[in-house]
Amino acid sequence: MNAPETMKPFRHIGTRPVRPDGVDKVTGRALYSPDFKAPGMLWGAILRSPHPHARIVSIDTKKAEALAGVKAVATGRDMPTLESLVMHVGEGASDIVDVSHNCLAFDKVLYEGHAVAAVAATSPEIAREALGLIAVEYEELPFVLGLEEALAEGAPVLHDNVFTKGVEPKPDKPSNAAMRVEMGGGDIEGALASAAATVSGRYTLQPVHQGYIEPHACVASWNGDGQAQIWTSSQGHFAVRSLTASVLAMPQADIRVTPLEIGGGFGGKTTIYLEPVAMVLSKKSGRPVRLAMTREEVFRATGPAPGAVIDVRLGAAADGTLVAVDVQFLYHSGAFTANDAGAGVASAIGHYRIANTRVVGTEVLCNRPAAKAYRAPGAPQVNFAVESAMDELAARLGIDPLDFRLKNAAAEGDPQTSGLPWGRIGYIECLEAAKAHPHWSAPLGPNQGRGVAGGYWGNYGGPSTVNVSVAEDGTITVATGSPDIGGSRASMAIMAAEVLDVPYEQVRAVVADTASIGVSMVTGGSRTTFATGMATVQAAGEVKRLLRERAARMWGVATDQVEWRSGPAMSASCATPPFRMSAPRSTRTTSKARSRAAPRRASAGRSTRPISTARTAGSITRASSITGCRWPPTCR
Amino acid sequence: MTKIHVSTTVNGDAAEFLCEPASSLLDVLRDTLGLTGSKEGCGSGDCGACTVMLDGEMVCSCLVLAAEAEGRTVATIEGVAEGSVLHPVQQKFLEHAALQCGFCTPGFIVAAKALLDRNPNPTETEVRYWLAGNLCRCTGYDKIVRAVMAAAAELRQERTPA
Amino acid sequence: MSSTTYHAPGTVEDAVALLSADPTARPLGGGTDLIVQMRSGRLNPGAIIDLKRIEGMNGVRRAGDAFVIGAATPCTALKADAALAAAWPGVVEAANLIGSVQVRNRATMAGNLCNASPAADSVPALAAAGAICVVAGPSGLREVPAEAIPVSPGKTSLGAGEFVVEIRLPAKPAGGGDAYLRSTPRTEMDIAVVGAGVSLVLDGEGTCTSARVALGAVGPTVVLVEEAGAALVGTKLDDNALAALSQAVQAASHPIDDKRGTVSYRKAMAGVLARRAALIAASRAGAKA
Repeated sequence: MNAPETMKPFRHIGTRPVRPDGVDKVTGRALYSPDFKAPGMLWGAILRSPHPHARIVSIDTKKAEALAGVKAVATGRDMPTLESLVMHVGEGASDIVDVSHNCLAFDKVLYEGHAVAAVAATSPEIAREALGLIAVEYEELPFVLGLEEALAEGAPVLHDNVFTKGVEPKPDKPSNAAMRVEMGGGDIEGALASAAATVSGRYTLQPVHQGYIEPHACVASWNGDGQAQIWTSSQGHFAVRSLTASVLAMPQADIRVTPLEIGGGFGGKTTIYLEPVAMVLSKKSGRPVRLAMTREEVFRATGPAPGAVIDVRLGAAADGTLVAVDVQFLYHSGAFTANDAGAGVASAIGHYRIANTRVVGTEVLCNRPAAKAYRAPGAPQVNFAVESAMDELAARLGIDPLDFRLKNAAAEGDPQTSGLPWGRIGYIECLEAAKAHPHWSAPLGPNQGRGVAGGYWGNYGGPSTVNVSVAEDGTITVATGSPDIGGSRASMAIMAAEVLDVPYEQVRAVVADTASIGVSMVTGGSRTTFATGMATVQAAGEVKRLLRERAARMWGVATDQVEWRSGPAMSASCATPPFRMSAPRSTRTTSKARSRAAPRRASAGRSTRPISTARTAGSITRASSITGCRWPPTCR
Repeated sequence: MTKIHVSTTVNGDAAEFLCEPASSLLDVLRDTLGLTGSKEGCGSGDCGACTVMLDGEMVCSCLVLAAEAEGRTVATIEGVAEGSVLHPVQQKFLEHAALQCGFCTPGFIVAAKALLDRNPNPTETEVRYWLAGNLCRCTGYDKIVRAVMAAAAELRQERTPA
Repeated sequence: MSSTTYHAPGTVEDAVALLSADPTARPLGGGTDLIVQMRSGRLNPGAIIDLKRIEGMNGVRRAGDAFVIGAATPCTALKADAALAAAWPGVVEAANLIGSVQVRNRATMAGNLCNASPAADSVPALAAAGAICVVAGPSGLREVPAEAIPVSPGKTSLGAGEFVVEIRLPAKPAGGGDAYLRSTPRTEMDIAVVGAGVSLVLDGEGTCTSARVALGAVGPTVVLVEEAGAALVGTKLDDNALAALSQAVQAASHPIDDKRGTVSYRKAMAGVLARRAALIAASRAGAKA
């Protein structure tokens, strides 16, 4: 979906009102994951593997269970046995067997810090003490951390059921190459051989953690009847629900996930680590259980962005036209198959127009925490490599690096790496704006430099649900299923206020729990303002339509005779100022004073009445599924 | 384990609690006294999200034992506003959008107020050095620094006519 | 796991008795290292002996012209003592490079010294300044040069039941000046890749009459480089003298390769920082001579 060519002037959009969640956050009142307590709650703690790769021979929990104050101990044996099922949540796909085994190791530990057992006790101190009483017998296995080492002949293989996905025919033996993705076409070698200038280089990157300041935490409460509640912060509480339900083999509607304020995610909170474990502990103990990570646990056991080894070859004609590019990269997948290679392949060179291309990405299993989404997952690593090579090639050709990019930039209609045509992506416009900016031409001082790099990321569409309700007094609540990670409540309130033409302060936005709103995808992939915003705009439009229809019925006029202006609904033939859309009966005096001048029907000349808010206030819901940009386009 | 009885003052009110010898002041503020505004981001004094005032000096409450609070005064984010009237630092954080997820915000506000209480006219460099012990991952520091500078200006204005 | 106890004794004798009673007991000053180590599970002391309730432990006082710094005195309090900051600016600046304001409001130089990190910022400055530690123990008090406290990473020369009670800095000698510089990727909240402290005395002509040079993060402990000090004595810190200083410093540097710096970078930077610190110390000596 592209931005409209022309925009009408907005009343609210583009303003910078104070965010609705602001006061809670500057006073310390906002409740984040680690802040939540349930009555009668137990304190959990997780025992983590000291080995990067080992077989679990036995786990003896008897001593821990016997410690006074310990109410439950859980190991991988307490998790249901699952059939492989790949679920698309967040910014990638996960096999629920992997998700389960990552939450609690089953027969092997795959990285230092891998969870092997958990305890719930009456105090955090007792829970930690109990961890020391759990005896785990390990059979240590050789481990591998590096990308090329993990693919080498004789490397320890993490999973004996992983046969490189994306390779035909299916390999005859398992390996650490979890998946291979290739796109492109043309004659790379021929084009490189005849290019006026070529560069090649190898770029290596280490895994980098998302580094959100709020460590993971949750409280789970499993009732005797099988219904459960989870309080947690995440980038998507529906993803928490669907993953947790799948891992525990229970109906999704039996879990109600209440989103708490999220202290940063950056892609890393689009999955689950603690919730199923807290659920099992709660089921076993019959009490709500809290699990919370320390910073050290976050770094040891949660997903970083993949490290990478990237080989790039680029060739261009003397006039600067790119003629060939060959990109081959390895990404850390960590202990389980991640999903960054496909996005890496699609975004490596997609923003250039090149005749001969080959991009090959391989995800490599190794004894590190499973890689997870982080800010355009899969794209920045390979973009860094390609753009570095672009600079070198521009220098070799003696062309300004910005002009070099401009010359080769993809435009609407050009093919993406996958072959699908681009829409209006704006790369040329971005480059031209940069070139026109004074910073591009300002003289440099000593020790100053200047550079340019391009990259792209697709906006991820996905379903969002929004519920716009009008209260008896005409104030409006916008409930969404999208966690607010950076101000989306303010954005939604602004958009609803814009559509309904009411003051921003008349609209309050909240993030509703999974039982109170329809399915919504994670907040990630830059989708929330767009997709949830679109649902907000549509739902607010529905409110307007419905209220106009009701007004028309009450007034006995055609709906198109009811005009919506500055908030209120009124007959189109009425020239005088309108009444408030929703002045409640209880404030009739004010309404009357205002409405006296506004005839109900111009011809009848009778005094108008406020719309009966008792009848209009019901919640008007519009669930909007936006499926425009399933992305990346291939390779699942 | 024998618990320790501690009498202290928190946000101007007398407070008493029992704690483990190794419990941090942050643990007790959050879990025992219910003051969850101070956050634990690292537990090692690196992120500053747990910043509180101890006898008038700002400290990382994760690096203070709860038992050390005996007879001392503690001030937390919950005591920065006067009733429902926000402190200028809080107000300017809102106006300058100096918060995104908000998890680091309480620590920043306690630290910024501590600076302005002793130096009502800091330079931008002074603000940046003073806040070096507070990590923000979302917003970046520019808006935060601007908010603190704006709060300082407002506080000076308030003081000048008096 | 923890059966830790917490004690806040009122006297040095009580603290010594508590520390002697349990070999795993640890004194608590600012806690910025101890509590982190306890939290990470690296340390599990049987008893925590909080020194801050002992009289004289928190604050700077005079003994004649000399300065006596209580072991529990936080780094920021050093800066607040104008006389100390004027006499030993290198030491006070070094102590105020540690961590953040929050950390420095708790962290102490005695703790920085006894934590025995090779990269401790205040330690090269203390060693260069000729600081003396007063150590209390079961057999009474003894005096130990600052550089003799750490013996290897995380290990000190302190015996059972002993702890540092105070750090003494001599009166500023006439014509004296000191400085400490470190190299870090970040200006704040970082740990020295290399640190160099220099303390020297210039006579009325500007000739160096004595000099002490100490290095951090280039060996398992702070390194007091006598040859480097000797390279300055008798000179007016001309280029030859400074080159000799750098050479002596590099020769005495035996750093490790790690994520913060390579051997060659650390050796090179040790020479650079010692030279710069010597010039700052000299300017301070000159300014106040």
